[in-house]
Amino acid sequence: MVIKGKSVFNGIAIGRIMVYGKEKYAVNKRDISDINRELYRFEIACRKVKDQLADLYEKAIKEVGKLNAEILDVHRMMLEDPDYLDSIKSMIVNQKVNAEFAVAKTRDSFCSMFSSMDDEYIRGRADDIKDVSNRVIFLLQGKEQNEIHIEEPIILLTDDITPSEMIQLDKSKILSFVTKHGSINSHAAILARTMNIPTLVGVDYPEEVNGKLGIVDGTRGKIIIEPTSSDLKEYKKKISEEENKNRLLLKLKGKEDITLDGRRINVYANIKNTADLESVLANDAGGIGLFRSEFLYLESDNYPSEEQQFEVYRTVAEKMAGKKVIIRTLDIGADKQVSYFNLDKEENPAMGYRAIRICLDRQDIFKSQLRALFRASNYGNISIMFPMIISISEVRQIKMIVEEVKCELRAKKIPFKDVELGIMIETPAAVMISEELAKEVDFFSIGTNDLTQFTLAVDRQNPKLDTIYNAHHPAILRMLQIVVDNGHKSGCWVGICGELAADTTLTETFLKMGVDELSVSPSIILKVREKIRSIKIN
Amino acid sequence: MKEFEYIIKDKIGIHARPASMLAKEAQKYKSKIMISSKGKTVDITRLMAVMGMGVKCNDAVRITCDGYDEDLAYEGMKMFVEANL
Repeated sequence: MVIKGKSVFNGIAIGRIMVYGKEKYAVNKRDISDINRELYRFEIACRKVKDQLADLYEKAIKEVGKLNAEILDVHRMMLEDPDYLDSIKSMIVNQKVNAEFAVAKTRDSFCSMFSSMDDEYIRGRADDIKDVSNRVIFLLQGKEQNEIHIEEPIILLTDDITPSEMIQLDKSKILSFVTKHGSINSHAAILARTMNIPTLVGVDYPEEVNGKLGIVDGTRGKIIIEPTSSDLKEYKKKISEEENKNRLLLKLKGKEDITLDGRRINVYANIKNTADLESVLANDAGGIGLFRSEFLYLESDNYPSEEQQFEVYRTVAEKMAGKKVIIRTLDIGADKQVSYFNLDKEENPAMGYRAIRICLDRQDIFKSQLRALFRASNYGNISIMFPMIISISEVRQIKMIVEEVKCELRAKKIPFKDVELGIMIETPAAVMISEELAKEVDFFSIGTNDLTQFTLAVDRQNPKLDTIYNAHHPAILRMLQIVVDNGHKSGCWVGICGELAADTTLTETFLKMGVDELSVSPSIILKVREKIRSIKIN
Repeated sequence: MKEFEYIIKDKIGIHARPASMLAKEAQKYKSKIMISSKGKTVDITRLMAVMGMGVKCNDAVRITCDGYDEDLAYEGMKMFVEANL
């Protein structure tokens, strides 16, 4: 059985299910004669609840931090609020009813007041009033606060859970929270996230699942009841992958990309839009080795303006706080089509009108991007890289256009920094003239995907050729060495940004070749770092 | 009586936590401290009532202090509001 719900916190939990059905409090209305006694009862109950909350507050600070613990303090203050107390007391005095009833009625009227507000956050406060009022009612009824007795770690299924209940629980016994109601923005949800416990809300479960084995998939928002053995296998694997990731993170974050015998190499990240930045920083990349700028064009239905581009490049530069950000100018065409460019259909788009060829032909688009990049250079450490280069004349043309852009900016007194210019080596032609190309630019980045395709004459889009597409082909490896050597002759640093860079069976080879930088998907960075740190090249 | 206006910067507006902090801060002074927003005026120590005002980010509030320590209260509340909201 699979039941869907909304995910509050990712992560996977595998364990036995415990369905906790809360006692529905029936509050009876009673007429009373001794008003003073009733008021006194209420006062005592309030005081006791405040004590309970103070104790829970202390426990909460330790477990979820001061900020999240504050919610309990707010509960305590609600019990001191004059409007709340007046409402209850005046009901007791004027209507001569029991304290339980007065609290319940007050609870309901405040709840509905908050529930009707248009601010979602304030609406959530209705839960707080319910939580604290019910504690008072419970005490008045002489019941002990619901203690959920848990022997072994379980997946807890319940209608709804309040922050104070969550804090009261022994965290080590809870594998996951699953509730029928509740919102992903409630305080309970915030606490679940802080406690790192996979949680789902809005799950309509049947009572009979108590005691059964379950898998909570916090990432996909579902719970699997009585999983098959293949389900279990799949999820156990996911858990171990997650643990591996976390182990790596813990071990390698902040450490240098250096071999056992002191040889350094830069490990950067490939990204395709600003959403990837979080991952780049989380995985401790040394910089961004390839920012695929075409996403700006792909995600828009018209040419992005210089302003729009500038904002994006600036954001990336700033977020990377001084770490290198290498932005590749747009690589549209081939398998990355954009309608408003009005590109003709081609027989061989991979070898067609694409990337720098479009830019040199339609210089208004090119200059717009270059202007945005140079303006953004002021905000961080930006380098620019040009794709699909096959000749010196291309590079010289590019540099002339770059000079024009710089002149224009200077004339308008717009500041910019000195920006390193590099090229992608992804064609056999570029490899063969790499010695001359190195004299024209500051760095090379080898795009092994396209390079392999063109060199082996194998279409990488054709799955039939998968067995022939050998990324480790000696021709490719020989080309890498040629490019590295030629680059170094003229003081260029040489990096690899294609898929090959992430291949840890080749890391040692790359280091021995003298490769200066590897740019990989953010999630692979630490794996590559781990490999580097385990190698001795001499 | 001393008063000041302030535009709320906090993204969630005056929610439970700042409302309770405002109330706690106000209780330090003997002056009566009121908060007004969108035509409603409420005693700032009334937690529920303040939350009920539904003050959001970019809303303007006016805080008035009335009493023999109103200068102190004014300074205190102003500093508090600027630092936390």
